[in-house]
Amino acid sequence: MSANEWRKLFPILDQEVNGKPLVYLDSAATSQKPIQVIEALDKYYKEYNSNVHRGVHTLGTRATDGYEGAREKVRRFIGAKSTQEIIFTRGTTTAINTVARSYGMANLSEGDEIVITPMEHHSNIIPWQQVAKTTGATLKYIPLQPDGTIDLVDVENTVTAHTKIVSVMQVSNVLGTINPIKEIAAIAHKNGAVMVVDGAQSAPHMKVNVQDLDCDFFAFSAHKMCGPTGIGVLYGKKALLNKMDPVEFGGEMIDFVGLQESTWKELPWKFEGGTPIIAGAIGLGAAIDFLEEIGLDNVLKHEHVLAEYAMERLSELEGVTIFGPKERAGLVTFNLDDVHPHDVATVLDSEGIAVRAGHHCAQPLMKWLDVTATARASFYLYNTEDDIDAFLKGLTTAKEYFGHVF
Amino acid sequence: MSSNLDQLYRQVIMDHYKNPRNKGVIEDNALTINMNNPTCGDRIQLTLKVEDGKIESAKFDGEGCSISLASASMMTQAVKGLPVEDAVKLAKIFYDMMLGNDYDDESYDLGDIEALSGVSKFPARIKCATLAWKAMEQGVGKDEEEEE
Repeated sequence: MSANEWRKLFPILDQEVNGKPLVYLDSAATSQKPIQVIEALDKYYKEYNSNVHRGVHTLGTRATDGYEGAREKVRRFIGAKSTQEIIFTRGTTTAINTVARSYGMANLSEGDEIVITPMEHHSNIIPWQQVAKTTGATLKYIPLQPDGTIDLVDVENTVTAHTKIVSVMQVSNVLGTINPIKEIAAIAHKNGAVMVVDGAQSAPHMKVNVQDLDCDFFAFSAHKMCGPTGIGVLYGKKALLNKMDPVEFGGEMIDFVGLQESTWKELPWKFEGGTPIIAGAIGLGAAIDFLEEIGLDNVLKHEHVLAEYAMERLSELEGVTIFGPKERAGLVTFNLDDVHPHDVATVLDSEGIAVRAGHHCAQPLMKWLDVTATARASFYLYNTEDDIDAFLKGLTTAKEYFGHVF
Repeated sequence: MSSNLDQLYRQVIMDHYKNPRNKGVIEDNALTINMNNPTCGDRIQLTLKVEDGKIESAKFDGEGCSISLASASMMTQAVKGLPVEDAVKLAKIFYDMMLGNDYDDESYDLGDIEALSGVSKFPARIKCATLAWKAMEQGVGKDEEEEE
C-alpha cells in the first residue's frame, strides 16, 4: 500500500476546511485516527464495556481480556521482556511524572544530579525541576551543538558520578533531531545513573526496542501514534519498578487493605490506581495492530522522503529560516522573515492547511534558538507530496500577503 | 484568499503593526505590567502613567504577531487621556467585540479599534488581540490597590 491508500483509512482527512481540502500537518501535536481504531473503540462501548479485574460476569472477562491483551501488544511493540514492565498511564506527561515522583523523590538528595537537555519538552523538564527543588539535587543540561544535535563528548562531560538520572527525548518535537539514546544510556549507566527516555515523538514513527536501547524507563503517548487521547505507557525495568512506591493510591492497585496499613498488588497493577483507561488501552492496541500491519520501517521511510522533499522545497523559498539538523525526523520547524508564525498559521488555515505555531511546549529551546515562537509542519504516514506542495503554495501566499506590509 | 482573512488583516491593522504607536517604555514613575500569552510565547511590557485617576500616557514594548502588536498599539492610543474607569469600560466593550457579541459603539470613539472586529471570526487569535487590554486592566487594578 502507498500513502494515498493509507490516507483513505483516515475518515477525518476526507473533508474541506475553509472551503479547501484539509491538509493536516500537525501530527506531532496529535495524529489522526484510522477507521480500525475508531471501530475498536466503538465496538468496546457497544458490545463489552465493563470494569476489569473484578466482575465474574462475561462482559467483565471480555473487557479484562481486551485490556490485558493490549498490554501484551505494547510489550511486543517496544520489545520489553515482560508485561509486568508495561504500565498504562494518561500519557507521556504522567509517565515521566510517575518516574520523577516515585523514583526521583525516593532516590535523590543534595549533591545528586539530574541531567537533561535544553531541547526537552516541558513535560521532561518541569517534573525534574520539582524533584530538584524538593530533594536539593541539581538539574544540569547537556549543551547542544549549533545545529541542535547532541555531541556524546558533551554527554561524557556533563554526566558525572553524582548523576542519578539522565532523561532525554529520543526525537525532538521542534528540531526533529534524532538523539543517540543507546549511547547516552551507556554513559548514564557507566556513571551509575538511570536512563529515562521521552519517546513521545519516536514510538509513533520508528521501531523502538527498549532492551536494545537499554533504557531504564521509556514513556510515550497513544494519541500521537493513531491511538486515542488519554492513554500512554510507562515502560520500566522490572527490578526498578519493584523497588518503587506507587504514586496513586486507591481501588484496583491494592492487595490487602487494613484500617491502618495496606499492601499493593504486584506489577504492573500497583501503579494503576482507580478504574483504568480500558477503552483507551483497547484503542492503543488497535493502533499498534494498524502500525504493525503497515510496518514502522515503511512509515519511517515514507516520512524521511517527505521531510527531504519539504526541506528541498522550502529552500527554494526566500526568507525562510529552518531550525534543526539536516538529518531529521518527519517534521520541519521554520520561520518566515517578517511574518510572525501565528500569522503564517492563520493564512495557511484559511487555505485548509493545519500547522502548529508557538513555542511547542519547549520554552527553554525557543530561548536557545533566540526566537519567541516558530511554525512547524509535521508529517505522518497519511501525508503525501501533494500536501507539501499545498503547504508551499500556502507559504507563498502568506509571504505575498504580508510582503506588501514590509 | 478568503474575505475573512482580508477582514482579519485590514489595512489599518497592518499599519499599526508596521508603524506601532506609543512603542517604548515610560521610564519615570510608571506602572509596569509584564504579561505573556503562555500558549504562544507572545509577551508585552506595558507602562502606564496614571495621575489623579486618569491615564496620562501609555507605552508598550514586546514581541508578538501582527494582531497582538497592532492591538497593543491601538489600545495605548485609545486609553491615553481616559479616566481609569472609562479605560476599563472600554476594555469590556473590546472583549464584547472580540467575542462577536453586540458591542456599545456609541459611548466612546472606538476609532481604529473597530478594525479588529474581524478577529472574532478567528477564535484562535482572540487571545492575541486581548493581551494588551488584559495588561492595561491589570495595571490600573494595581494602581487602585496601591491607593487603597
